[in-house]
Amino acid sequence: MNITDFIKKVEEEFEDLKSGSLKPEVALREYFTWDSINALIFLAHVNVEYDVELTAQELIQAITVQDLYNIVETKVNIK
Amino acid sequence: MAIFSIPDIKVSGISACVPEKEYNNNDYDWISEKDREILIKTIGVEKKRYADKGTTTADLCFVAANKLLDDLKWDRDEIQLLIFVSQSRDYLIPATAGILQEKFGFPKTCMAFDISLGCSGYVYGLSVIGSLMSTGRIKKALLLSGDISTLNTSFKDKSAFPLFGDAGTATALELKENVPKMTFNLQTDGKGYKAIIIPDGGIRNFANKETSFEYKKIDEGIYRNNFNIALNGVDVFNFSLREVRPNIKKTLEFASQTIEDIDYYVFHQANKLMNETIRRQLRLPEEKVPYSLKDYGNTSSASIPLTIVTKLNEVVKNKKIKFLFSGFGVGLSWGSVILETENIVCPEIITYQKID
Repeated sequence: MNITDFIKKVEEEFEDLKSGSLKPEVALREYFTWDSINALIFLAHVNVEYDVELTAQELIQAITVQDLYNIVETKVNIK
Repeated sequence: MAIFSIPDIKVSGISACVPEKEYNNNDYDWISEKDREILIKTIGVEKKRYADKGTTTADLCFVAANKLLDDLKWDRDEIQLLIFVSQSRDYLIPATAGILQEKFGFPKTCMAFDISLGCSGYVYGLSVIGSLMSTGRIKKALLLSGDISTLNTSFKDKSAFPLFGDAGTATALELKENVPKMTFNLQTDGKGYKAIIIPDGGIRNFANKETSFEYKKIDEGIYRNNFNIALNGVDVFNFSLREVRPNIKKTLEFASQTIEDIDYYVFHQANKLMNETIRRQLRLPEEKVPYSLKDYGNTSSASIPLTIVTKLNEVVKNKKIKFLFSGFGVGLSWGSVILETENIVCPEIITYQKID
């Protein structure tokens, strides 16, 4: 997996996000409301796409898109 | 492992009854319009039915079952076994099944008891009733399942109020040799018992003036008391995404079936996002996974039969169908069953009218 791909898939999942608007270094919370529903949609997305499970705590700790990608990548690698 | 098959059990009919009053989630003004739109889209519930105070799950099941027995032309004297699956019983004591036995006019030779399960309750209920019938050679039996969840849900709890609806269902079963066997895979993880809970009113936290009635702020948009249902969305979500897929795969494997062999996958109607995620995990085509969520919400142990009655009515009446049912949630408890039906009796959904 790579971050470009990861971002592309996240942008497809969330209709509010314009294609190309997410960059690795941007803060997630500036781009979309990181509320409980979006968090669940994201959990579902990574589960189907990468077969990994994230906790609510891990989502809260992720500040940037890169952070989020790193968490998912680590989990994919230790599978 | 609780994976097993039960021979000689035929599902003869399924019916469902819902209260008349309908709540539209577009009117849910406890949250903003934008939040409301996102919520409805994500959970997939537009409308749901709610019972008047005093109407019980047993009342809804009674109406559903009477219609079913009439359509099947089954004599009330023939029913030897009655099981009521619900978490919204009439009284703390006694069991509701006994009250129903008398109300139906079933004979005193009829065995009757309750099972306290929710989301997984229909699948568990089928396994218990099927096993008893098969080993005891009981010819005709009735499985009732459903819940009134709206009464215990706080209006000011955006995580629970828009989700639940009320419904009661009836499933008629009979002993018949050489019908395809039912295959079950039933599981439990009590570690997650707090993920969906009504804390007060049982023996552990008996109803009391100090904690039971007082509304507390839990989170933004979430206020409830200890008689209200508390739902930990993320925990239940992660649990379902982790456990349901392997449970279904094991069931298929044990029954020597492939994913494609099944005509319809009827899932407990938890919420749209969760169910769609499970559907996508298993790569199931949309047309094989029906939903009743949009019009009736999450109806607990009624959700699987309610979905059949409202979405597959014509199909089950006229065809031979291979089903996989899967229920998952409160307990935490989950399970699947593979079974076949052929031209069953399935009346249109019934609206409850209060009988004075």
